[in-house]
Amino acid sequence: MSVTTTAAGFTQESFERFVAQRNEPGWLRELRREAWQKFESLPMPSQRDEEWMRTDIRTLRLQKFGFSSDGSPSAGAAPDGLLTHGVELGGQTIAIDSRPHTARLNEKWAAKGVLFGSLDELAASHGEVVKKHLFRAFTPGYDRFAALHAAAWSGGTLLYVPRGVTVDEPFHMLSALSSGGVDMGHTLVILEDGAEATLLAETTSLVEGGAGLHVGGIELLVGPRARLRYVNFQNWSAGVWHFAHQKALVDSDASLQWTIAALGAKLAKVNQHVALTGPGATAQVNGVMFTEGKQHLAYNTLQHHEASQCRSDLLYKAALQDDSRTVWRGMIRVDEGAQKTDGYQRNDNLMLSEHSRSDSIPGLEILADDVRCTHGSTTGRVDDEQLFYARCRGLTRKEAVRMVVTGFFQQVFDRITIESVREALGLAIARRIREYE
Amino acid sequence: MSETLKIKDLHVSTTDGKEILRGVNLEIKQGEVHALMGPNGSGKSTLGYAIMGHPGYEVTQGSITLDGKDVLAMEPNERARAGIFLAFQRPMAIPGVKMADFLRHAATNVRRPDRKEGEELIPMREFRKELNQKMEQLRMDKEFARRYVNDGFSGGEMKRAEILQLAMLRPKFAILDETDSGLDVDAVRLASQSIADIGGKDMGILIITHHEHLLEHNRPDFTHVILGGRIVETGGPELALELHKQGYDRIRAAYPEAAAADAALKENEPAGAH
Ligand SMILES: Nc1ncnc2c1ncn2[C@@H]1O[C@H](COP(=O)(O)OP(=O)(O)OP(=O)(O)O)[C@@H](O)[C@H]1O
Ligand SMILES: [Mg+2]
Repeated sequence: MSVTTTAAGFTQESFERFVAQRNEPGWLRELRREAWQKFESLPMPSQRDEEWMRTDIRTLRLQKFGFSSDGSPSAGAAPDGLLTHGVELGGQTIAIDSRPHTARLNEKWAAKGVLFGSLDELAASHGEVVKKHLFRAFTPGYDRFAALHAAAWSGGTLLYVPRGVTVDEPFHMLSALSSGGVDMGHTLVILEDGAEATLLAETTSLVEGGAGLHVGGIELLVGPRARLRYVNFQNWSAGVWHFAHQKALVDSDASLQWTIAALGAKLAKVNQHVALTGPGATAQVNGVMFTEGKQHLAYNTLQHHEASQCRSDLLYKAALQDDSRTVWRGMIRVDEGAQKTDGYQRNDNLMLSEHSRSDSIPGLEILADDVRCTHGSTTGRVDDEQLFYARCRGLTRKEAVRMVVTGFFQQVFDRITIESVREALGLAIARRIREYE
Repeated sequence: MSETLKIKDLHVSTTDGKEILRGVNLEIKQGEVHALMGPNGSGKSTLGYAIMGHPGYEVTQGSITLDGKDVLAMEPNERARAGIFLAFQRPMAIPGVKMADFLRHAATNVRRPDRKEGEELIPMREFRKELNQKMEQLRMDKEFARRYVNDGFSGGEMKRAEILQLAMLRPKFAILDETDSGLDVDAVRLASQSIADIGGKDMGILIITHHEHLLEHNRPDFTHVILGGRIVETGGPELALELHKQGYDRIRAAYPEAAAADAALKENEPAGAH
């Protein structure tokens, strides 16, 4: 694998070079410049910030990484996706180190006006769509990583489904990192009024144990009465830093099923934000995390009820082995006018080792008076008595642990309506379960 | 050929050093029915756990062999695969794991003791058919197979699930620890009959019980009385009858040393242990 990024650091000079190479329209260049200013002026987050209190990034050397060298396509063998076994796809994008590798869209969907492909390429050919929607659900000034992403994003994926079009074949997006690579992909999904689609997104490493940096952004714009299923499977090697701002806007009577599965990364700090912006919107959020070694995965979730009669239901489940750690800070915020809100959040953690640790911090901020909001969290251990029972039925200790862990995730798997995703996650998790003494 | 489960001078302590079994001797041949009776806290469940290799108990002296093979050297799963089965007094729940999936793994492993992890399971259709048939015989609803292992089961349902597992695994030796408790009158009769049917001439059974129901169809060849962690008396079916009618006063009087040990065990018993 050739090295595809220039490790010239994130400097003014390398930024200028990056922008000059890209040959983009003025409005986009302007967005990048504004964001770059913010990046330069914002401090690096530290443990004094509430959101970062439990997440230590002092060993991150941002300057060891750099901008994507250019927007040129990447060659070489593409890695295999795990989510798509036996699935007829409507289209697929593959990127390596945020450089486009493959983009294909089934002709039948293209004929209906669907756009799917590299965001880089579609920003050039369909500038008006991208200009209209880009950063509607992304705040470049949120923190230093958001600013860096807004200035430096490249590659990425756009899915646009016009009004009333139902796409019954899932799209697949695969983004891979080489060792030492940088992924700055931006995902922009736009479903117009009444449209329906499923997008399976997968991020992975080409090299086991390879280092890497991901500073990402995801925008899911779900129009009125539209239905989106979005799966985000993060399976990087344990050397990757993963920072992401992910936000969905769900309009009136629209529905979103958003599944986050996280198995990889050295350290992850993710903001997942669902805004219910129109009356009657619903969102189901599913989280499946499995950590090992010294991994640290931190999720800040926000279910923001901006309109009345919306429903949001979040279930995050994490199993932790070795010395790994997860942090979940969940917030349900209900605006003043958002009456008849039905909000739920729950986080369950299963510790597979004495040394793992999980912090679970639910929160409610409710300004309306006619609402139902509930939350809960549990943290438990694999029970020796349970294992003994299973072993008395002929299961090895490892098989027994695997059963208990599979059972633990069953509740969230039951909610995921895409079979290939359930199976891939089940297998990927089962493979990681170690022998315990 | 008929095999023998042989327990010799077995001493068992908890991992923090409390001695519970103080020299148990017991020999069960395939095809035999043994009843094990004794007051609460006398060590019956501990014996079952020790036979299966519960990590919370330590064998400090004595031996357990299955046709000459050292059972104590085996992992619990190896003991199961060697043909030993324990129906738990208090079965454990495994939420999220369907009874059918659990049993398919269990049955495959027990029937193919050399199976390595990840190797093929019994084919789904074949397994389903057998499971349905067994559930029908035990008059269990088909829905049962889709429920999560012991999760939210009533006391009686758990015991019936244990009998179903016994039927599917068909061990050489079964220890049934109060499998009759929690069952209603009809269920206990059915259980008693089913155990006899499953066992036939091939299974050696150790029935731990405080009642006579299970013994109705499984007439004990031997009745053992355990007191203070030791089997103090062995008789025929008439001994079980006597204990049911008259309790343990005669036994306590006849074996004062064991009775004292029994009382001592209970003195420092953790609160709410029963
Ligand atoms: N892990 C343990 N730690 C401490 N004490 C224990 C432990 N296990 C068993 N004991 C004690 O050992 C004694 C025997 O317990 P056991 O469960 O074997 O009794 P049992 O004969 O099965 O009683 P029952 O008829 O009530 O089921 C009791 O006093 C019990 O409290
Ligand atoms: Mg008992």
